[in-house]
Amino acid sequence: MRIGIVCPYSWDVPGGVQFHIRDLAEHLIRLGHEVSVLAPADDDTPLPPYVVSAGRAVPVSYNGSVARLSFGFLSAARVRRWLHDGTFDVVHIHEPTSPSLGLLTCWAAQGPIVATFHTSNPRSRAMLAAYPILQPALEKISARIAVSEYARRTLVEHLGGDAVVIPNGVDVDFFAGAEPKAEWQGETLGFIGRIDEPRKGLPVLMKALPRILTERPGARLLVAGRGDEEEAVATLPPGMRSRVEFLGMVSDEDKARLLRSVDVYVAPNTGGESFGIILVEALSAGAPVLAADLDAFAQVLDQGAAGELFANEDADALADAAVRLLADPARRAELSARGSAHVRRFDWSTVGADVLAVYETVTDGAAAVDTDERTGGLRARLGL
Amino acid sequence: MTETLIWTVAALILVGVYLSWTAGRLDRLHTRIDAARAALDAQLLRRASVTQELATSGVLDPAASIVLYEAAHAARQAEEDHREVAESELSQALRAVFGEPEQVELVREAPGGEEAAGELAAAVRRVPMARRFHNDAVRAARALRRHRKVRWFRLAGHAPFPMAFEMDDEPPVALADRPS
Repeated sequence: MRIGIVCPYSWDVPGGVQFHIRDLAEHLIRLGHEVSVLAPADDDTPLPPYVVSAGRAVPVSYNGSVARLSFGFLSAARVRRWLHDGTFDVVHIHEPTSPSLGLLTCWAAQGPIVATFHTSNPRSRAMLAAYPILQPALEKISARIAVSEYARRTLVEHLGGDAVVIPNGVDVDFFAGAEPKAEWQGETLGFIGRIDEPRKGLPVLMKALPRILTERPGARLLVAGRGDEEEAVATLPPGMRSRVEFLGMVSDEDKARLLRSVDVYVAPNTGGESFGIILVEALSAGAPVLAADLDAFAQVLDQGAAGELFANEDADALADAAVRLLADPARRAELSARGSAHVRRFDWSTVGADVLAVYETVTDGAAAVDTDERTGGLRARLGL
Repeated sequence: MTETLIWTVAALILVGVYLSWTAGRLDRLHTRIDAARAALDAQLLRRASVTQELATSGVLDPAASIVLYEAAHAARQAEEDHREVAESELSQALRAVFGEPEQVELVREAPGGEEAAGELAAAVRRVPMARRFHNDAVRAARALRRHRKVRWFRLAGHAPFPMAFEMDDEPPVALADRPS
């Protein structure tokens, strides 16, 4: 099958959607499909052979954080050329409501279009205003995928219609087979995520930490992620600061080894999560997980069966649960075993088969993707 | 006077372009419904065929075979206005027969059973997908067709008002469950 995938966010800046697209594309290529990914990227960024650059992305404040998006006349022209040259059987757009390549592709293409909705924002005023503009583009999408039941619910509420739920995929064996690192073992708590992004929840963990460290004198916290380290530990008593280790940005290999090593992985995120891929990675590595009870997290953790949940933003509840888990190796082993069994459904072998099933369903009895001449301006419409 | 005339003509042209664009949108939606309906038909037919194959293969006990055969046959032969009911009954028959994981194991162990069970599992998972995509297209077309501009200017022409396909498509747990 010839598959075109559209990434709305800049390939230069790593992020959840970009990683998802990279893994999906590589999985499909391994299965023998022809895949081309269209993504915004700087000219000097080295790109994998299957990625086509749609030009530089512009940093724009969107959806509560700065996103690097691609839009305008030049991008639209590149989208049309990519569609025309690619002669794809199906085009898979990610995040079609973000004002970037996804929306442009929706506008310019006709034929089988599949779209994955990653975020689940509460209805914003901007979205409300944009609705009449979005609707004609969105109604070209033949199949919608939501990454979780929660994301599907918000999608149905805001845009109407329906979607199938296919979770994000993870290479489970990559994490399960990683080698633990001795220096990261021994009563360690793990946290991975941007330090300076409050929604990732490090402040909540920092508030809970004094009690955890007092009650478990041997415990340490390992933090992997970008951000200001001094500022992060500013609220801690000075004597405790040495028990928080910052590892900075880590490679995929080190991330897997870190997750294999820690005694408890903590996900104190306070919101803005529609799936929680990091939890799936932690489960894959067999790490016992302690997470905030966000809708999306509760679903990944099978409502608490595959990992422990604490009341969102409640530092005391987090501290209680962490102390209890650190003191109870049997419970940790039980969580690890349950998590490892539960996480198989998120493996690319399962998720990829579901995505392909969607592709095959929409291409059954439909023509290939082409540029939509009806949006080519008045000239095209009048047949000139 | 001339100025008013020019403005009127300009406005009329704008309205015309807008209406033609809306008609294009509607046309595209109808095409999408047709494709989605064809895909749904294909998936339903595939499901009924695999079921019938399994029912006549002799792998299952006679009672289960008869139940499945009857339901699959009825689903394939159903008249259009009885189709939703017949397909729902096939879903129920499949759930009744393949409710237990042991039954699925039994099919897998038979010669060629692994393949048949795989095909059936794929079919029961794809029917709800195809139906969701179809009904999503129907909803979008209905929303646009209810709009004033479409009704007043009869932009939908003689195309019939699209209807959703409502059925019970819950797959049997033992077949559709993901590896655990």
